[in-house]
Amino acid sequence: MKVSKKYWVFGVLCVFLIIFFVYPVCVEGATHVSTEASQGHAWWFWPLILFVATFAMGIFAVLGGVGGGVLFVPIISGFFPFHLDFVRGTGLLVALSGALAAGPGLLKMNLASLRLAIPVALIASTFAIIGAIIGLALPTNIVQVCLGATIIGICVLMLLAKKSEQPDVPRSDRLSSALRIYGVYQEISTGQVIDWKIHRTPLGLCLFTVIGIMAGMFGLGAGWANVPVLNLVLGAPLKISVATSKFLLSITDTSAAWIYINKGCVIPMMVVPSLVGIMLGSFVGVRLLVITKPTVIRWIVITILAFAGIRALLKGFGI
Amino acid sequence: MADNLETELAVRPEQVRYAGILEKGMYLGLGILLFTFAIYALGIIKPYIPTDEISRYWGLNVHDYLLQTDIKNGWGWLGMLRYGDFINFIGIAILAGVTIICYLAIVPVLFKNNDRIYAVLALLEAVILSLAASGILAVGH
Repeated sequence: MKVSKKYWVFGVLCVFLIIFFVYPVCVEGATHVSTEASQGHAWWFWPLILFVATFAMGIFAVLGGVGGGVLFVPIISGFFPFHLDFVRGTGLLVALSGALAAGPGLLKMNLASLRLAIPVALIASTFAIIGAIIGLALPTNIVQVCLGATIIGICVLMLLAKKSEQPDVPRSDRLSSALRIYGVYQEISTGQVIDWKIHRTPLGLCLFTVIGIMAGMFGLGAGWANVPVLNLVLGAPLKISVATSKFLLSITDTSAAWIYINKGCVIPMMVVPSLVGIMLGSFVGVRLLVITKPTVIRWIVITILAFAGIRALLKGFGI
Repeated sequence: MADNLETELAVRPEQVRYAGILEKGMYLGLGILLFTFAIYALGIIKPYIPTDEISRYWGLNVHDYLLQTDIKNGWGWLGMLRYGDFINFIGIAILAGVTIICYLAIVPVLFKNNDRIYAVLALLEAVILSLAASGILAVGH
């Protein structure tokens, strides 16, 4: 058993190492003179590599507890010959598909709360549209710099953010009481029935304006920000926060995705291999979850993200 | 007591309807996307941009890409569905549009349950998503 564990981890790491250390060398020319460099390969070469990379990302996303979208945009824009416009459009569709796949199950299990999601989604999706418009209007190098800074910020957030299984919410605020945002769910592991409610709703909704803008501007799924705000600011239980966040992405990313689709930032030859790769990777990731140490993987994900963030910054500054 | 607990844990009717439509739309969109991509990748229907030329364009920004390929943005893809690459947009549009249908579908349930605030919020969301989907808000470099 120990041997097979090692093989799994080794195999997955090898794929990532190849992508991170061999391909950047191949792509170096491609990122500057993409046309000529890409033409040196058969048409299926880059889609195939994209599939392999997103497959590995799908595995790491599950093991590291992050969404596929947050890995996709910085890594693919940093190391592949695709323009950031298409990477962001594809990234949103990747994050959207993941959320659409998970959403129905989470809603049916009563873990994702539609009552909590509707007001939050209204704010986040409106500002995601604004974010997408800003992101497409700004010069690419400025977006690259902002993306790099955001990714490094996400790494810091992942390192510092605490989680609370059952936050203490002494009293609902007036807004959440008026909207009747509360619920009940049963913790399967203990059988305990948990009543939950939220507080600090106006502050939480304000924070979702920023989350929406960032999601739309960079084409990132926003689970990394949704969960801390739902859990630590609004006081929703961790399970409700994670599930509602995942479902919420299906709405936020829909609004931003339409802006990118209508602008023409969608190339099917990029979208489908990415989508299938990340989905298959997620299936494998779920199986690997049993035999790997999440802490180690989380550190690897943070390191990879930091590396991609620095690369985005450097690209933005033209270095 | 057990009945009370069951009632408390029951999923609200609008949530059940939303989940049902989301699930069907997701499977439909994904299925169509994979099917149309197979048609495209296998060359069964001729693409607008030949597959061996696509790598010439994905490194350009979207403005130059549209200019050089003479592709119309917005809903222009509807007029190009005779091409293998553009049929993929059917699945993409379903995946990106299913949430609007879900929102519209729960409005009557919310009104029926006298949940007017949420019915209005759901309608507003559907309007915002439809506005994004309409292409009215397109901007660029």
